[in-house]
Amino acid sequence: MTHVITEHPYFGVFFLFALTAIAFPATLAAARFVSRKLARLDTQKLKLSIYECGPEVTKQPNVISAQFYLIALLFILFDVEIIFMFPWAIDFKLLGWFGFAEMILFILLLAIGFVYAWKKGALEWHSIR
Amino acid sequence: MEVTVLPEVTWLGVVIKAVIILAIISAIAGFGTYLERKVLAFMQRRLGPMHVGPYGLLQILADGIKLFTKEDIVPQNANKLIFQVAPAITAATAFIALSAVPVFPDFTIPEFIPLLGGTFVPSMAADLNIGVLFILGMMAAGLYGPLLAGMAQANKWGILGSARTAIQFLSYEVVTGLSILAPIMLVGSLSLIEFNDYQAGGIGSWMMWQQPVALILFLIAGFAETNRTPFDLLEHEAEVVSGYATEYSGMRWGMFFIGEYANMITISVLAAVIFAGGYNDLGFLAGWFVIILKIAFFFFLMLWVRAAWPHVRPDQLMWLCWKVLMPIAVINVVITGFVMMA
Repeated sequence: MTHVITEHPYFGVFFLFALTAIAFPATLAAARFVSRKLARLDTQKLKLSIYECGPEVTKQPNVISAQFYLIALLFILFDVEIIFMFPWAIDFKLLGWFGFAEMILFILLLAIGFVYAWKKGALEWHSIR
Repeated sequence: MEVTVLPEVTWLGVVIKAVIILAIISAIAGFGTYLERKVLAFMQRRLGPMHVGPYGLLQILADGIKLFTKEDIVPQNANKLIFQVAPAITAATAFIALSAVPVFPDFTIPEFIPLLGGTFVPSMAADLNIGVLFILGMMAAGLYGPLLAGMAQANKWGILGSARTAIQFLSYEVVTGLSILAPIMLVGSLSLIEFNDYQAGGIGSWMMWQQPVALILFLIAGFAETNRTPFDLLEHEAEVVSGYATEYSGMRWGMFFIGEYANMITISVLAAVIFAGGYNDLGFLAGWFVIILKIAFFFFLMLWVRAAWPHVRPDQLMWLCWKVLMPIAVINVVITGFVMMA
């Protein structure tokens, strides 16, 4: 397997984007059309109600536990760290000891934040009381 | 020094490759559902699908007809546009990620075929110099499918499922990135072709012997990102009904699974190319055959684990990711650095 010469390396990405953006919605539209023709359509009101154990449903609010947001914040912290580490990893041999020492310093700083989050209990799963 | 002439790719070659990816991977994704049922059945001493066609091989076709003709229900109170678009997002992002994955080896279309004859079809549709980063980014963008699907249907199971999707994808995104850092340090490039060339020296030069910890971390994180069984909390029937897919029916539901299986293939190819020697010939076996064996092995591993392992709980999932895998991954990167410097 070798590299290839291309004028626009991202053309493949764009073309697959365009192709999938057309093909998959088209499949869904075709399935909708076919099922409208073939499937048995009952016009019961309850059929379109959301999945529930019997009672007539009202609109449910989109509310989730705050714990999920905390994890999302941690993700922003640590994933941005990793994005910084990617360019360093590519030029690792070039940067030598200096770059390595810098990165260890960086990791130590993040470890402090990590330990803080751990001690604060941000990584625990709090049950609802 | 021998100068190799790099083959030139025209837009026609890229277009053919993209169509091949879409057609064949969709077919394999469908076939993957059959394989999964068959493998699981054999591991549980059952026969699996047997009635439709020989050995149940036409089961995929029957499933397809069923999915196509089922009534397409959009529940009341749902945000209709987002609800209808979300499955297409899942499938589309999975296939866009595949554009930078070398799924099949390159080849030239024989001359005798009219119109297309002589066209060079590259091994990947887009030969990007940031290959790995692009694939991981695109797979992370696939999060929007389940997330929007769960939020749009105004159903508590859907919301729970999408919230679980979000934390699982986000958490394990960190582990995937960190586990792949150590191999990147060794190779010095993000391009999958460089990874492949780095392991050209036979079975002893495979990355998995130098980076066994990274391979295990990558596989665990890959299982979590493709919602395979130890981590399939988002659609765990006993807890959240069907998670983000609760209200979906027919082809829209099927599209989530096309995306999921395409992601499984992506992870299998990544593991095969980054850690298991990629496209290089193995003894007397040709590269194109070896890579199929490797991809099939990693795909089979996912089914195997599903048959052998129970689910984890959400708190165990978070514990495993943040308190176990992430420190190990960071330590692995630092040790790799010390070994390379020494």
